[in-house]
Amino acid sequence: MADTTNTSAPTLVAAQAAAPTLEVRNLQTHFFTRAGVVKAVNDVSFTIGRGKVLGLVGESGSGKTVTGFSIMKLIDPPGRIVGGSILFQGRDLATLSEEEMRTLRGNRIAMIFQDPMMTLNPVLRIDTQMIETVQAHEKVSDADARARARDALGMVGIPSPDERLKSYPHQFSGGMRQRVAIAIALLHRPDLIVADEPTTALDVTIQGQILAEVQKLCATTGTAMLWITHDLSVVAGLADDIAVMYAGRVVEYGDVGEVLDAPLHPYTHGLIGSVPSRNKRGVPLRQIPGMTPSLLNLPEGCSFRARCPRAAEDCIVMPTLHPWLPNRLARCHHPHLEEVESA
Amino acid sequence: MSQSQMQTQVPDAPRVFADSETPMIELRQVSRRFSKKLDIAAKLARRLGASVKEEIVHAVDHVDLRVRKGEVVGLVGESGCGKSTLGRIVAGILPQSEGEVFWNGQNVAAMQGEAAKIGKLRRQMIFQDPYASLNPRMRVADIVGEAPLVHGLATRANFDAYVDEQMRRAGLDPAFKRRYPHQFSGGQRQRIGIARALAVAPEFIVCDEAVAALDVSIQAQILNLFMQLRKDLDLTYLFISHDLGVVEHLSDRVVIMYLGRVVEEAPTERVFAAANHPYTQSLLASVPRIGNRKRAFATVKGEIPSPLNPPPGCHFHPRCPHAFDRCRVEVPKLREIAPGQRSACHLNDAA
Ligand SMILES: Nc1ncnc2c1ncn2[C@@H]1O[C@H](COP(=O)(O)OP(=O)(O)OP(=O)(O)O)[C@@H](O)[C@H]1O
Ligand SMILES: Nc1ncnc2c1ncn2[C@@H]1O[C@H](COP(=O)(O)OP(=O)(O)OP(=O)(O)O)[C@@H](O)[C@H]1O
Ligand code: SF4
Ligand code: SF4
Ligand SMILES: [Mg+2]
Ligand SMILES: [Mg+2]
Repeated sequence: MADTTNTSAPTLVAAQAAAPTLEVRNLQTHFFTRAGVVKAVNDVSFTIGRGKVLGLVGESGSGKTVTGFSIMKLIDPPGRIVGGSILFQGRDLATLSEEEMRTLRGNRIAMIFQDPMMTLNPVLRIDTQMIETVQAHEKVSDADARARARDALGMVGIPSPDERLKSYPHQFSGGMRQRVAIAIALLHRPDLIVADEPTTALDVTIQGQILAEVQKLCATTGTAMLWITHDLSVVAGLADDIAVMYAGRVVEYGDVGEVLDAPLHPYTHGLIGSVPSRNKRGVPLRQIPGMTPSLLNLPEGCSFRARCPRAAEDCIVMPTLHPWLPNRLARCHHPHLEEVESA
Repeated sequence: MSQSQMQTQVPDAPRVFADSETPMIELRQVSRRFSKKLDIAAKLARRLGASVKEEIVHAVDHVDLRVRKGEVVGLVGESGCGKSTLGRIVAGILPQSEGEVFWNGQNVAAMQGEAAKIGKLRRQMIFQDPYASLNPRMRVADIVGEAPLVHGLATRANFDAYVDEQMRRAGLDPAFKRRYPHQFSGGQRQRIGIARALAVAPEFIVCDEAVAALDVSIQAQILNLFMQLRKDLDLTYLFISHDLGVVEHLSDRVVIMYLGRVVEEAPTERVFAAANHPYTQSLLASVPRIGNRKRAFATVKGEIPSPLNPPPGCHFHPRCPHAFDRCRVEVPKLREIAPGQRSACHLNDAA
């Protein structure tokens, strides 16, 4: 694999100050389906320091969720991690037994899923589920566990938490279910939270409240966060760094403000141009031409080549994630450097 | 989806609609309640004489809504305020507890036989949750093609071509039609839902957070597709979204709900330039902007009320910076305050 020769994960200066909570190096996760090998994650590297938030954005189907699941070691057959490493506080997760991994999960590492029903059990009342979660990793009395559950629900803005604890998941709206799932993830104040589009279903006032709680958690307890989303405005306000994925690879990685102000990679460029608030009302939104390449059958060279306005002959060779500028990496032969200078 | 089709200009929003027109869909004083069933302990307690009541959620509370042919109405509001419930009533897949629903001027309750069936088929819904709304044991081809086959829009002979066309239109590769939903990403699953809804040639589409799961470039493709279809097929939309940027971009009119009630309704520019209701104002103030950097997110002031036990008077009063005595006892009426703009706030009476 020509493009996976880096030996350590790229580290941005901002993240170097503290020992990293999470280091992902050249991760590869493939699905061995009957139709062929789906290279869902093909080369993903990043580092998250204590108390830092990395925003992971990118094309729908580019492998963000599979990256999150790989970190949690929740990939089921026909999927398999086939390359790279995942270091949590310096420990390679590949060396842990399923038992050790289970202890980490839900205690030191928590995941908030795109689908809240991955966290919630439909046949159990919310209080039963939350008290069980608290008591799975700590010796706590029922009354104390209930109090913790109630506080966590209050933190994510669930009204009348005492009454709501007695409800079943189906009695909540989509957004309220997600808030319960977030509350469960916060129960143990984990060292790392992998959050997959957690506020996508929420209105902006509640989203603001949850993001404020999350910021407070990172700042006070040093929780590191991988925040997967497609909402660039949320990333802008929440994250320290941003990684942009396209077709299974990180194509741009850097300081969030710098990347959003002057993206280097043509894909990031197109993505930011499609944000509705950057477009005129009533006219079609700017969109990136063409369709996402099939992960079964990626084109030779740069995966964005067929859709890229800057593509040239040398793009037939897969570019590496290159540090073009301090704190700025891009997987592209012809990045938008001119715009960085003018920004 | 062909590029030339996607890039064609759509008519400039906003369109003007005459008030005298018969709305395509009209709700009059529609309410929907859900009761929370008592568990065994509560039933036992009640049998022993304790005063235990069944808890009632007023998901939708006396809502009037009109959507005219060709119009795009954006529906926004807090999580849990009843948007999906209202959308399901409009789409004809959830009965209301009270009030009346009219389809092209006809009371839906009075429609029978073939007319009722067609009326229902013409109203389709694209669901918020692309996980729960797709049958995990069905292949994509059948998810998309089953209803058209049943309703005679596709035949056994042209089934494959029909399904391919629907998938392509929603931006899906027809090569994947033998796959099951779990083999797709969230955004791809959402497109399956879109292809399924469009496959029965609807006239009215309720989009419930239909693009919330998509990245912004694919979101742009889908929104452009919706606008193109609006022009080509004269589609009408009720567009439920919490993304005010999206709503601003494509709606002619915006309806804002709070705890089951409509609190404001106005043409889109009016809402964004001169929101009247204090809740609408706070909503607009919380919108995250891409220009913001590492800012402290604002926390909502005041306890968010429970739909199980909504506050009396104006539902927004516990969080409203302008609340006064009357707000705590009297429900404000939704009334016209400017041409096309209606708001439910007592402050408008003081002036
Ligand atoms: N069980 C599976 N079998 C085969 N392919 C799979 C499976 N799970 C995921 N994939 C494929 O892997 C790719 C990456 O999926 P993933 O869910 O990580 O995307 P994503 O970036 O999270 O997208 P979205 O933003 O739409 O959620 C997709 O093309 C998907 O079809
Ligand atoms: N089947 C049900 N049984 C009991 N209560 C329900 C049911 N469906 C919805 N509710 C309640 O009705 C209220 C409105 O729910 P609805 O799903 O319509 O909200 P929403 O505005 O779509 O929220 P979101 O933005 O989170 O999707 C909520 O309080 C919810 O808990
Ligand atoms: S490497 Fe070439 S094709 Fe790929 S993004 Fe850069 S310019 Fe475009
Ligand atoms: S009626 Fe009163 S509480 Fe309600 S929005 Fe108006 S001022 Fe605020
Ligand atoms: Mg995903
Ligand atoms: Mg909803």
